[in-house]
Parts: sequence; structure tokens; C-alpha cells
Amino acid sequence: MIEPFETRPHDVLVLGAGGAGLRAAIAAKDAGADVGLVCKSLLGKAHTVMAEGGIASSLANVDPQDGWQVHFADTMRGGKNLNNWHMVELFAKEAPERVYELEYWGAVFDRTPEGKIMQRAFGGHTYRRLCHVGDRTGLELIRTLQERVVALGIPVYMEVTATTLFTDGDRVAGAFGYFRKDGRFVLFPAKAIVLATGGWGKLYKYTSMSWESTGDGAALAYRAGALLQDMEMVQFHPTGMLWPPGVRGLLVTEGVRGEGGILKNSKGERFMERIDPVRKDLATRDVVARAIATEVAEGRGSPHGGVFLDISHRGADFIKRKLPNMYDQFESLANVDITKEPMEVYPTNHYTMGGVRVDAETGSSTLDGLFAAGEVACGLHGANRLGGNSLSDLLVFGKRAGDAAASFAKQRAAATVPEAAVADEQRRVCEPFSREDGENPFTLHRELQETMQQNVGIFRVESELRTALNDILTLQRRAKNVRASGSQIYNPGWHACFDVQNMLTLAEAIVRSAIERKESRGGHWRTDYPKPDPEYGGKNLVATRKDGAMRISTLPIPRMPTELAALVVEKT
Amino acid sequence: MNESGQGSATLRVFRGDATGGEGREYRVETLPGMVVLDALHQIQAEQDQTLAVRWNCKAARCGSCSAEVNGRPRLLCKARLDEFVGTIDVQPMKTFPLIKDLVTDVSFNYEVNKRIQPFTPREPGPFRIMQEDVDRVQEFRKCIECFLCQDVCHVLREHGQYSAYFGPRYMVRMAALEMHPLDMADRREQLHGDAGVQYCNITKCCEELCPEHIHITDNAIIPLKERVADVRWDPLRWAIQRVTGKS
Ligand SMILES: Cc1cc2nc3c(=O)[nH]c(=O)nc-3n(C[C@H](O)[C@H](O)[C@H](O)COP(=O)(O)OP(=O)(O)OC[C@H]3O[C@@H](n4cnc5c(N)ncnc54)[C@H](O)[C@@H]3O)c2cc1C
Ligand code: SF4
Ligand code: SF4
Ligand code: FES
Repeated sequence: MIEPFETRPHDVLVLGAGGAGLRAAIAAKDAGADVGLVCKSLLGKAHTVMAEGGIASSLANVDPQDGWQVHFADTMRGGKNLNNWHMVELFAKEAPERVYELEYWGAVFDRTPEGKIMQRAFGGHTYRRLCHVGDRTGLELIRTLQERVVALGIPVYMEVTATTLFTDGDRVAGAFGYFRKDGRFVLFPAKAIVLATGGWGKLYKYTSMSWESTGDGAALAYRAGALLQDMEMVQFHPTGMLWPPGVRGLLVTEGVRGEGGILKNSKGERFMERIDPVRKDLATRDVVARAIATEVAEGRGSPHGGVFLDISHRGADFIKRKLPNMYDQFESLANVDITKEPMEVYPTNHYTMGGVRVDAETGSSTLDGLFAAGEVACGLHGANRLGGNSLSDLLVFGKRAGDAAASFAKQRAAATVPEAAVADEQRRVCEPFSREDGENPFTLHRELQETMQQNVGIFRVESELRTALNDILTLQRRAKNVRASGSQIYNPGWHACFDVQNMLTLAEAIVRSAIERKESRGGHWRTDYPKPDPEYGGKNLVATRKDGAMRISTLPIPRMPTELAALVVEKT
Repeated sequence: MNESGQGSATLRVFRGDATGGEGREYRVETLPGMVVLDALHQIQAEQDQTLAVRWNCKAARCGSCSAEVNGRPRLLCKARLDEFVGTIDVQPMKTFPLIKDLVTDVSFNYEVNKRIQPFTPREPGPFRIMQEDVDRVQEFRKCIECFLCQDVCHVLREHGQYSAYFGPRYMVRMAALEMHPLDMADRREQLHGDAGVQYCNITKCCEELCPEHIHITDNAIIPLKERVADVRWDPLRWAIQRVTGKS
């Protein structure tokens, strides 16, 4: 039974309407391409809306000594040199222009006394560098870009889930998906596609990420033949909410520490002074997250098994002005008044440094015509992302990918989507309804989250990683038999069938890469190999698909030019 | 529910689509701090996978999960189960056409938004703007587009004046643009034209339930009405209105 579907051809198809997708769509449109923008939720709701603390960019409005060179060095050091240094260079140089452009499009940042864009301190950044709007910077960014997309008249396909990418020979040819609202199918033939589908925090039980973060884009790209890189590099944010259980994992912005918040253990000790005497509470996230987990493991934890984060000394007025959402979040969800009492926090899954391997200048993946930008792409952040670097990443590389996709589309004739492939995909997507008896996708998802949380967390060890891999392979087999009931009209159970399949693909890549990287670096900490190993430091791990199975191999990191290398060495 | 918050709760959730439907009861196990959205997820995972509800962030940031809980328009991710006694009634927003269960068609809002003239800067950036000059604009830009204010506004909800009034959310957006110190567009004609600011009769229902605590009427709509009055002040028209009751 093949249902009719609608066809929506575009020169450039952008999948995802977070910061990266919106910025890419604007760039492609400005470059004269016919653009279509697809997102699985409503416009303006993408995960980017949750970003709180700020956007890193060396405007030097508060600390005049700042400049792209320092931002470059901080980012490389934070990423333990696993970063694609050319991406970091472009990023550090272009971020200021991208922020000012946002202001020109209507974003209203907090101001310095001289009326410039205000900047705050954040972990791993030498100077005060994060442009912000209270603790709702992501909302400002997404709303501004959304309004720009609307003003440019770019067609937006809201609440459409892409389920596969089509190829024509070795180039990308289009995407297929369904409208969540009524289950209608849609084919998007495209000359070029920009993936901007975000991360995959939903693999973990305790995460600060939204439901959309199921990693669809990365899984689709992998299946279409693109390379996934550094998948073992998962970031745990040091401060997630811990109590009550209903809110566990929700983010407590690093802005709390940026504005003077202090971490303490149950003995009242400011333990970060012991671990990183220079940066203290604002050490990089990998370091602070491990420190908190260690305090708790060694018996110095808070009543619910976390540590305390206290900002009350800054006074109620200051806190309510600078961190209004945090104040509200604790008051309404935890009955804690953060102007008077400390918060209880524990690390929460937060970001995926790994993703689709891309070219620094264009965001082009290893598959012709497929570009990627934002959290789904890999390279900028290396082994650990600095706070605030994601939002500027979205703008810098969103724009670059949009530009490159538009010029690619200009140079190429249309590709052909093979009809048989469309029919196959439609059948695959309808299959869950035809099973009399099958697996509940929500159950599979929960089991995946349990094993990832348990075995692939902050501290890793080979035996546990092997357990996780076994679990994942079993779940993958079971997921072939997922079942949906009811109709195609707004049916979460049906939607979850594909989400869980995508997540299982990425989970496998994370665990296989984590087993392979026998050292500790940034977000990847192996208790059986607790030191960094220069040998591993010189290479990226990549996951490829060969005859339906996953293979992990290595690619050497090119040497940094001496002038850039000098920037990093100087201050370490 | 006992002291520790562990226990159970009963929800009556609207199930149905544009052709009709009814409230159905579900019992869920609760943990401390759980919100209505968590309960709905539990129902999806364990009792009925087809229960439709929109959400994204579960942190009151994205404005997706708007619905009516015990008759009051709210964010489902901010409505704690322990606030309620007895069966909790969950209905979709009434002002928008129903798609399924708790999901409504909110495209009206996106269409209205397209008609507003965007930010039109007076000078090239970077801007020099003082904080005190944008405090008000920042208040408006806190809007998470939950559309709860649109849902409660009687001009839309009871009188169905969709073609006459943009609704409170878009008054907030227009106010943010009009009050931006570097915007040079003039939206006053539109405000009194197709945006229909005059339809608001300042009942403040919207302001009372805005989850972002935006002073929609006091800080946005009333000042907009005043601005419009400045250009629209026309004694003859005023006299005619007084006599015929029409504008
Ligand atoms: C709570 C929180 C706070 C944060 N704060 C900060 C901060 O202060 N500073 C900072 O720099 N970073 C911050 N981050 C990180 C940052 O917000 C994210 O990394 C970033 O927003 C990702 O943006 P994106 O554009 O790549 O993707 P997203 O914003 O995740 O958008 C993904 C888009 O892809 C769409 N999509 C996904 N799958 C499909 C599919 N199958 N079909 C169609 N569309 C699809 C989605 O609908 C969505 O539109 C924070 C993260 C969290 C969780
Ligand atoms: S104050 Fe105006 S906009 Fe708000 S609910 Fe009343 S009539 Fe509607
Ligand atoms: S103004 Fe308030 S109630 Fe209205 S859409 Fe915005 S956040 Fe929601
Ligand atoms: S889910 Fe985002 S506001 Fe409730």
C-alpha cells in the first residue's frame, strides 16, 4: 500500500531550525538560492531556545585585552587539541561579526555602562567574553533569526520529521519525511542539503536537552554514507538540577558561576580551589563535572547525592536581574529560593562534541552535496566544548554551510531521487503499523537510557563499555520489530519508533569509539587509562558504514601551522 | 500523594480530534516534583502511545506545551501535580482548531506574525544603546510564544475576531519593535488597522497568566493605544463613534 506524497523541490534544503539551520537558511537565501527549511517542531521552539548563559565572541567590550587569538587558544586548550584547528581559527575570527549582525537584525543584548554589548565570565574563557541577555540568550538568538527568516519569506515546513536522505550515485539527492500533524508524506528533492538537526542528549536518562535531541540528522547522514567523528566525546554539564526527581537533569546555567556562584561539598569546603587553584569554579566543564562526581563518590555529597552551588551572597536584586529564569526555575519546581539558600546540583548530559565530519571552510561532509553545521557537525570543540562556544558556532558555521550549499547548488544540475528508494522508504516508515505484536519504542528508549547512563557516563571502563555495547546490539535487534498502534495523525508512539532507531545507531558509535580510545582526554575519561596519550591525541576516530556494519578507524589530525601553535603554547 | 510526593494521581485527559472526543481517566504513579507533562509522558509510555501532546524543553523555555489544566491555560511542564487535589482535568487550548488530543493548530499566530513589519534599523551597527533604554524592550522579548495569552483573550476566544485583532502576543511584539530605540518604522497605522489594538478592552486576563510575567496590558497595549491615539486623534470620527458605536 503506497500512499500518495507531495513533492517539494528546492535548490537548498535545510534540515533543522535551531540557530544553525536558521542561519544557514538566511545565508543560502541571501546568496540567491531557493531554500526550504524543515523542522520537527514548531518554528522558534528548537532546542537552541534553551541556551541560557551566552554567546562567546571576543568583542573585548569589557576586557579590552581580548581578541580572536585568545579565543582561539582558549578553545583549543579546552578541546585538548583534538579540535580541527582551522575551524577554530575561522570561528574565533568571525564570531564578533556574527554577533553584531544579530544585533543589527534586532537582538537586544544586555549593555555595558557605555552602551555596548555586555559580556560575562564563563568556564575556560580567559576574559569576560559571553554576550548575553540575562539567562535567556538562546531565546534571543532564535527569535531574532526566526524573524529574519520570516522577513525573507523562506518557506518553513514545520512539524515535519525527515526519516531518510536519498543519494544519487555518490551525491545527496533529497530527503523524505512526514508531517507530524496528519502523517502525510513529503519528498524534498534538493541539489544540496544542510543538516542542522542538533545533538543527541536523549540517549541519556538525565539530560538537559529537549525531546528533539535524538540525533536524527547524524544517523541519517551515517546511513547515507557520511563519516561520524569523535563520537566518544560527550559533554556532561557540571551543574544539573538534582532534586526533586521530577526535574533531575534540568540545566543550572554556568552563568550562575559566571556571576560569582560557588561550589561546596557537604563539609562546606570549596573543593574546586583544591582541584584547579587558578580557575576554581570556572575550570572547564570536564574538570568540574569529574570533581563533583568524585566529591559525591568519596562521601562528601549533599543529602540527595550532589554538591551545593551557592549564589545567595550576591543579593536578591542582582540574582533576579541577572538570573531570572534560574530564580524562577528553582522557586517553582523545587521550592528553593536561590537568593537565600544554595542549590543542589549534579552533572547532567549536555552536549555532543562528536558528529558529522566536515570541511572547515564549507561545512561539507564527506558525502557530496551534504553539508552540516551546529551541534550535529564535529570539529570545532575537540574533546570538550567551552560554554558559550556553541551559539557562536551555530552562527559562524551556519552561515558558512548555507553559503557553500548555495554555491554548490548553483554549479550543479539537479540530482535524481530513485523512485524505488522512495517506495522502499515509505514502506519502511509504515511498517510499525503492520505488526500485530512488537516492541514498545518507549520501553526500548528507556532501556537504552539506563545502559548509557550506567555504563557510558563521566567515568568509563572497558568492561562497562562492553556491557553497554551488548545491550545496544540487543536493543537494535529488538528495534527492528517496533510496533505502533492507532493512526498516522499526530501519533507520538509512531514518531518514537524512528527516534529510537536513530539513537541506537549513535549509541553504538559512541560506545565503539569509547572502547577504541584507550586514554583520557576532555569529555572521555577512562578509569582504566587515566592519562592522556599523545598517540591518541594526534588522531580523530571516525565511524563508517561498511556492508551494513559499523567500523571505527582513525584519521590523523593535520599539524597546526607554527603561528597558530604559538598562540596555544604561550599561556599554558 | 504522601509527604515524599510518592504516590499516584488521576488525570482526565481530553482524547479526540476535530470530529469530537471526551475526557478519559488515567492513573499514574508519581514522584516528587513531577509536573503534568511528566504524567502525560508516563501515560504515553505505559498506557497509550497515541496520546498527542506538544512539548520540547520541559523547562518552561520553549512555550510548546500550552494547554488548559482544570480550566486554566498553563504550561504543562510548569504545572506541578502536587498543586492539585483530586482528578486533574487536562484540555487542549480552546481558541485554536483542534488537531488531536492536546495538540491544536496554532498557525493563526504564525500567519499574523508575518504581517508585522520587522525591525528596521536607523543606522548601521554596532549600536550604542543604554541599558535603561532597552529594559522595557527586553521585558517584551522574554516572550516564549506559548500563545496562552492568545488562548485566553476573549476577543479571539469568545468573539472569534481572528480577522480583526492580532491578539496580545503580537501587541507585545509590536510594542518591542516600536519601543526599540533604533527602529525607524512606524507601525501606528497598522496598529489601528489590521492589527486592531482598539479591540482590546484591557481586561488584563492575558497579563495575569503570562508565564514570563510580561505586563502585556500595562506595559505594551496601553502605551500602544496611547501612541495610536496621538495620530488617530480625529474629533469628527470620535463624535461619529459615540453616536453609532462603530469605528
Ligand atoms: C539547557 C541548555 C543550555 C545551553 N546554553 C548554552 C549557552 O548558554 N551557550 C552556548 O553556546 N550553548 C549552550 N547550549 C548548547 C546549545 O544550545 C546547543 O548546542 C545549540 O543550540 C544547538 O543548536 P543547533 O542549531 O545545532 O540545533 P537545535 O537547536 O538542536 O535544533 C535542531 C533542529 O533540527 C530539527 N530536527 C531534528 N531532527 C529532525 C528531523 N528528523 N527532521 C526534521 N527536523 C529535525 C529540530 O526540529 C530543530 O529545529 C545549551 C544547551 C542546553 C541543553
Ligand atoms: S487585556 Fe486585551 S489582549 Fe488581554 S485578554 Fe483582555 S482584551 Fe485580550
Ligand atoms: S506574551 Fe506571555 S502569554 Fe503571551 S505568548 Fe508571550 S509568553 Fe506566552
Ligand atoms: S515543554 Fe517547553 S515550555 Fe513546556
